[in-house]
Amino acid sequence: MGQTITVTVNGTAHTAEVEQRTLLVHFLREALNLTGTHIGCDTSTCGCCTVHLDGETVLSCSLLAVQADGHAVRTVEGLEQNGELHPIQKAFHENHGLQCGFCTPGMMMSALGVIEQHPDASDDEIREALEGNLCRGTGYQNLGAGVRSAAVEMARN
Amino acid sequence: MATTERLTSGGVGDAVLRKEDRKFVTGEGRYVDDLKLPGMLHAAFVRSSFGHAKINSIDASAALAMPGVHAVLTNATLPVETGVLSASNPGGDVRHPEQAILAKEFARYVGEPVAMVIADNRYLARDAADAVQVDYDPVPVVVDAEKALEPGAPLVHAEYDSNLVKTLAHVTDGFADALAKAPKKISLRVVNQRVTPMPMETRGCIGDWSNSTGEVTLYTSTQVAHFVRTFVSIVCGTSEAKVRVVTPDVGGGFGAKLNTYREEFAVCAASKVVGRPVKWIEDRTENAVATIHGRDQVQYYEAGVDENGKILALKFDAVQNNGAYNQLLTPSISHLTLFMVPGCYDIQDVSITIRQVFTNTTPTDASRGAGRPEATHGIERLMDAIADDLGIDAAEVRRRNFIKADQFPYTSATGLAYDSGEYHETLEVALELSEYAGFEARRAEAAKRGKYRGIGLSTYVEVCGLAPSAVTAALGIGAPGWEHSTVRLHPTGKATVITGTSPHGQGHATSWSQITQTELGIPFDDVEVIHGDTAFQPYGLGTYGSRSLAVGGIALYRSLGKVREKARELAAHLLECSIDDLEWTGTSWQVKGSPDRAKTIQELAYAGWASASLPEGIEPVLEATTFHDPPNFTFPFGTHVCEVEIDQATGHVEVVNYTAVDDCGNVITPMIVDGQVHGGIIQGLGQALFEETVYSEDGHMLTPTLVEYLVPSAADVPPMTLHRTTTPSTSNPMGVKGIGEAGTIAASSAIVNAAVDALSVIGVRHLEMPMQPSRIWNVMQEATS
Ligand code: FES
Ligand code: FES
Repeated sequence: MGQTITVTVNGTAHTAEVEQRTLLVHFLREALNLTGTHIGCDTSTCGCCTVHLDGETVLSCSLLAVQADGHAVRTVEGLEQNGELHPIQKAFHENHGLQCGFCTPGMMMSALGVIEQHPDASDDEIREALEGNLCRGTGYQNLGAGVRSAAVEMARN
Repeated sequence: MATTERLTSGGVGDAVLRKEDRKFVTGEGRYVDDLKLPGMLHAAFVRSSFGHAKINSIDASAALAMPGVHAVLTNATLPVETGVLSASNPGGDVRHPEQAILAKEFARYVGEPVAMVIADNRYLARDAADAVQVDYDPVPVVVDAEKALEPGAPLVHAEYDSNLVKTLAHVTDGFADALAKAPKKISLRVVNQRVTPMPMETRGCIGDWSNSTGEVTLYTSTQVAHFVRTFVSIVCGTSEAKVRVVTPDVGGGFGAKLNTYREEFAVCAASKVVGRPVKWIEDRTENAVATIHGRDQVQYYEAGVDENGKILALKFDAVQNNGAYNQLLTPSISHLTLFMVPGCYDIQDVSITIRQVFTNTTPTDASRGAGRPEATHGIERLMDAIADDLGIDAAEVRRRNFIKADQFPYTSATGLAYDSGEYHETLEVALELSEYAGFEARRAEAAKRGKYRGIGLSTYVEVCGLAPSAVTAALGIGAPGWEHSTVRLHPTGKATVITGTSPHGQGHATSWSQITQTELGIPFDDVEVIHGDTAFQPYGLGTYGSRSLAVGGIALYRSLGKVREKARELAAHLLECSIDDLEWTGTSWQVKGSPDRAKTIQELAYAGWASASLPEGIEPVLEATTFHDPPNFTFPFGTHVCEVEIDQATGHVEVVNYTAVDDCGNVITPMIVDGQVHGGIIQGLGQALFEETVYSEDGHMLTPTLVEYLVPSAADVPPMTLHRTTTPSTSNPMGVKGIGEAGTIAASSAIVNAAVDALSVIGVRHLEMPMQPSRIWNVMQEATS
């Protein structure tokens, strides 16, 4: 039941044979060893597995790897460029927007999704966009501050 | 003072940024599911689908016939020796039924592991687990703790004559008299519902047993690696010296991982059977039944008060649902409730009875706050009930009952010695910041918009810094409460700090580095902190109960002091003076008044290692170890003020304002303290508004996923105003107290008190949690019909 797929992840094309039922998140984690994308639930509720597919924010636990065939995926590992943290990474760090870090990659990818698509999103729009990403540690205060400061920083550049 | 200023120095109290962060924001964190060992196989568990059932037979033939399935293990074939998994009162006056690692004759709660499948990959292991046929005979079930105590209730463990685990009791001599003499009695029943700690990373572990050496390495997502090691050695029947437990990055704990679990033993034993590493990662749905729950306590208060609202005597009877078995600390959690029944109030006479009960549910144990939120929520509801009954303002009734600043150290009616407190001050500051005095105008304005608006207070004190070992022993806990640290200076002047604490989001690498910089002059960036690996620490008690700083931090402080003193002897030797001629500059020892005659700590680290010339009786290397047993607990406190609005049409409760004034003594890392308070409050808000772990009467789990069990999201959180007062602890030389649970302990009662106040205009006098819209809507219908 194997199927050969080619997925471009963070700019690099990967060709691999996968079982048809393999979830995209397991493909990223197990086949490509990109373990920054996490799994926090089995009901598409937590957002820990959030990645971008052709620029759209998606839950990688709710897509099959075969559905990503021929598409481009961006994960947390693709954010840092030449040793420079992406503004969203910097902002999470500077605002203490993370504690245990488990929700953080998914949270940053969701936040980035909304900032990139709606550079002038209001605080409320950002809050709503993050509604599908659960964090049990931060209470969302500093995390929200981080997202806002990243939005400002990205608008400036 | 919300901390937005950014200092860079890196010492105690500076607003540094966390050194942990970079790996987490780049995706390089290494959680247990990220680890792969050569030849690793995957485990899945077959779990009971009945709340209580006799297991007649297990047929694994279909599973074993699947290619890629290596083994199906059951109670009969899993090589383990015993299953008593509790450190509470071993052999004492607690009923401790054996917890077979895989269920033996009976399964006693939904989710109890019955068999274990080992296969090539996770998908296959799950398929094969589904193919295992278990023949059950269901037997009667009891899930409600009060019902479980009724005569004739189904017995969870047939070997006992009732479901009672243990009764905790504490009565002061003067209680009966004081209650009889009190002019007024006020009663209240409070339900502190069952919740799930729910770290975003579920549990998971990898067992790697070497059949040639008998050594076993267990990688596990835990808060207490050393406890796990001790129990692996006991359960798996191997030498503790052959067991290594490694804690990789841990994605949150909240008490869920302050435990020793069957799966941790099972992967070790299974690895022994198959001769390859075995990994198990818990699904979220599995987490709902396989990982401990918290709370689940029904409380009956009766307060004897005078006309001014002063409590003269307090009676507290509670029933605590322990679940089907005692986990690591289950019987001890309600001890913490017992301790804190009087809260921050000067109540001299108490009568406390807590009956712990077995039911056919997942065991309860420590969930953020662990026993203390139950006590605080209850007494804070009671204070409002007293205020309501006597027509006194809620803040005023608290003022009249507070322990006063000049009463510290204060001995509570439950025998604790509160270290320090300024309860009046935090209250007044919080009232000011929250504009308590002007509230009625806001209530009136909200009413015009179709909202009931209310304001609520929670004035709390908690017991932290767990724990003096003499106390744990007196409580019958078969484990101490001290903590370990080692400080090691390298020839290059860098430092390794080894700590027995086990952070999982708390940022110890950062805070411990700050302490090291301040006490030893080694720059923040030159300090590396190692935790959570039994190969490094002689023993560590781990991270829970807001203990890390007040116990582990002090262990570190003391080791740093020992290194500094050893460096002093070395410096005196090298500078050819007496140690009394030297003064510490913060980074070096120098001859008093002669800055040119000095040795920096880095120079001394090299000299201590090189050992070219050491003073008489001094061993090489600047290194020191401390096992710090705290002489007393610490008692953080504060006041939280909450405002809610309740939609008159839908019953939706919205927190619109939240002010927290906390006092955790001296602060090491301000930003981390704020983060702990934020997260703690939102966890308390979750319990107040959304969270409840629910069983059907026949024992089925009705909240198995994050779809039914609602945790707060970014859209649910109110704006928060944080402020701190600083009353140093007198229990330790750094004056620190702890802050990990304060928010959770304070928040639920502040929110519920606000909601009751909001609905007081329609005659509502009490509300239970969680205050989901349907519940509130029903209450409003009843009140207005
Ligand atoms: S893992 Fe929870 S939404 Fe994907
Ligand atoms: S930082 Fe731990 S879950 Fe968000």
